[in-house]
Amino acid sequence: MLVYLIRRIGQSILVVAVMATLVFLSIYAIGNPIDILASQDADQQELDAIARRLGLDRPMYEQFGIFVWNALQGDLGRSFVYARPAVEVILERMPATLELAFVALVFSILIGVPLGVIAGLKPDSFLGRSIMSTSILGFSLPNFWIGLMFILLFAVQLRWLPASGRGPVTEVLGLPLTFVTWEGLRHLILPAVTLSLYKASLVIRIAQAGTRDVMLQDYIRFARAKGLSHQRIVFVHVLKNMMIPVVTVLGLELGSMIAFAVVTESVFAYPGMGKLLIDSINRLDRPVIVAYLMMTVVIFVIINLVVDLLYAAIDPRVRLSEPKG
Amino acid sequence: MKKVFRPLVFAAVPLALMAATPVVAATLTIGLALEPTSMDPHFHNLAPNNAMRQHIFESLTQSDENQLTQPSLAVSWEPTGDTTWEFKLREGVTFSNGTPFTATDVIYSICRVPRVEGSPSSFTSFTRDIAGIEVPDETTIVFTTRAPSPLLPTNLASVAILSAEAFGGENVVFGADGCENAGTYPASTDFADPSVAVGTGPYKLVSFNPGDRITLTRNENYWGGDVEWENVILRGIPNPGARVAALLAEDVDVIETPPIQDFDQIRSRGFKIEQGLSNRVIYLHVDSGEAVPPGVSGTDGRNPFADVRVREAISKAINREAIIDRVMGGVAVAAGELLPWPLFGTSEDAEPDAFDPDRARELLAEAGFPDGFSVTLFTPNDRYINDERVAQAVAQMLARIGIRTSVDSMTASTFFSRRGQGDYGFWLAGWGAASGEMANPLLALTATRDTDAGTGLTNLQNYSNPELDALIAEARRTVDDDARRAILQRASKIAMDDYATIPLHFEVTPWAFKPNLSLTPRVDQYTLAMGITAAN
Repeated sequence: MLVYLIRRIGQSILVVAVMATLVFLSIYAIGNPIDILASQDADQQELDAIARRLGLDRPMYEQFGIFVWNALQGDLGRSFVYARPAVEVILERMPATLELAFVALVFSILIGVPLGVIAGLKPDSFLGRSIMSTSILGFSLPNFWIGLMFILLFAVQLRWLPASGRGPVTEVLGLPLTFVTWEGLRHLILPAVTLSLYKASLVIRIAQAGTRDVMLQDYIRFARAKGLSHQRIVFVHVLKNMMIPVVTVLGLELGSMIAFAVVTESVFAYPGMGKLLIDSINRLDRPVIVAYLMMTVVIFVIINLVVDLLYAAIDPRVRLSEPKG
Repeated sequence: MKKVFRPLVFAAVPLALMAATPVVAATLTIGLALEPTSMDPHFHNLAPNNAMRQHIFESLTQSDENQLTQPSLAVSWEPTGDTTWEFKLREGVTFSNGTPFTATDVIYSICRVPRVEGSPSSFTSFTRDIAGIEVPDETTIVFTTRAPSPLLPTNLASVAILSAEAFGGENVVFGADGCENAGTYPASTDFADPSVAVGTGPYKLVSFNPGDRITLTRNENYWGGDVEWENVILRGIPNPGARVAALLAEDVDVIETPPIQDFDQIRSRGFKIEQGLSNRVIYLHVDSGEAVPPGVSGTDGRNPFADVRVREAISKAINREAIIDRVMGGVAVAAGELLPWPLFGTSEDAEPDAFDPDRARELLAEAGFPDGFSVTLFTPNDRYINDERVAQAVAQMLARIGIRTSVDSMTASTFFSRRGQGDYGFWLAGWGAASGEMANPLLALTATRDTDAGTGLTNLQNYSNPELDALIAEARRTVDDDARRAILQRASKIAMDDYATIPLHFEVTPWAFKPNLSLTPRVDQYTLAMGITAAN
């Protein structure tokens, strides 16, 4: 297990280093931030002054060196437009996105697992077939379209829920949360459901396949032969075993929900990190874009690592076979 | 977005509900297309920030909805010599924290402008002319300028006045190369704190949550009398579809720039749309230098654009009304100058060039290109309203007189970077005159380029006309308004007759809002709570 851990951590650090280089170099291809930041009336004197103030007057290799040196000390630069450390600007938006992602994750499990298990237990029934064909819609309808339809139906027509924004923030155990108040929850429902639909469909399909697979295993047959109740077989033996792939996939998907809730956040004008990324790209706020992508890489690497470790914990075969292969 | 909205909207429009819209609450919520990035009024010279700060901070002068300079913290001003301006300050004004407004606050604010750490675009160009400041008595302030500076009152409308006392700058002494005794200037981020963001404006800051909202409340001490709204909430909603949805769901009361495609739907639900002419002209530039410019071929080594007859042919080949009608949905005004009438220096009789393809073909033949030539028209595709489609229309119209035009479009950041490198021979772009008077576009677009002197900064087309340069320079040092207006009118006529820039149309800015409100459109495209009132 220890060797496995060390190897996985080593790989993770390499990924982060490669990504840092790629991200920093590619940001230069987008354009020169001064063209966007400076007023159109700015003369050469002013343009030079801006370049000096923002450190853009140095050659690229020097800027990269400074970036790496600072990054090693945990400083990912200062936002051009907010004049504050980029990490601070991003972290400030993080609770909103984390809250959205976790609520969406809960929705997708609550929707996906029961429906998937039902479809898996009775694959040929009308109910099972309906669940599976409906889940295709969850995959194929674009996120922004679902979001806009929800807004039109629930916000514009029915006026049940607000169309955009985030509700009032309440501090719970030091965390700025909104879902604890009714007003906050109302703001969260539409974006969270929109974000969860794709994942829920994914969970349904994985859970269905897992359940069907598990139901054919010898240990299930043995459990039946032993005379265990149907309920016990489903809730203990089936559920536990088919959750392995669900955990793996949701782990990875949680990362993508946090990092790329971009579309949902823009459609609902939700003040999270995704909206910040879009705004920053439009303003060519390089430090924020770089810091954002770097943090995304780190989050993905960590989630992958945790999932691998969890997986090893759930399934002994992984940690047993790993040192040999 | 449009396709998504229509079906449901027409399915069931409860028009009756519209009549029952509740009475205006004391809170006004505005959905902005671009969110202000800082509460520091000296940090970033950018439209959303400049519009935002006017709620909290005022200046000596202000620019009204037609960009004419009006009194604000100064009640009057006049030139007392070629290089001196005397301003009379308004009496009885206090900051929102109760401290009185004095001449020291003006000096302190001008001193801080060049000293903002990390500013991505500063306000120094508005204060650079000032060489000295004197305060002969408590309500008079006299500025000495390095050279005649007729635009000083206009420029000062862009300089927000801070409270010197709030930052320990009561003893500040002005110096053209740096002030003394100014204390420690506040950092830009400090202004997110409402106790620091203290101005004389009609509203006070309550909270600034980047990415979400800015909350303002009425300044009870405001010198200008009653303030319409008790609370104002500004929310940045960059996605146009989300912005329209937020209005239709009544999450917000007013939105900026709804897409033209959504106008019918917004109106059909009982909301109002107000449109105002903007100071932004969409124009064509051609490289008129000696060498054959990039993208031009079939001219036997000659640069066709160096000949004014070719430039005139291009202008006459364009059917501006057709572009406005079919591409812009009627939401634009054909341009015959670089600024719309009645802005300073424009002429009422400046008509757009008439559509005359026959004359255009004759002109091409006279210039020695009877068979036309080939050219690439470069354009941004996400900067101006329907920019790429306008360029496509222009290309088709030019093809009809024999100028075979292909369009190359790209995203704005790439477009402007490449333009700066001289990659284009023919391009479409826009210019919004920040100062709202004719010297600004003439200087930027048509004066001979000289980056050290600050002339022709956006004249990347190698255009040079000594007669025009002389007139622009004369206007820039003429302090008398009437004389300057006459010079600018003459200069504009010369520039247009020489096709120094080919104007297409002026953009029109739309706002959409609840039916129980009324809004005054502004030429500078700012959305101000001060310009929104409850309609009777």
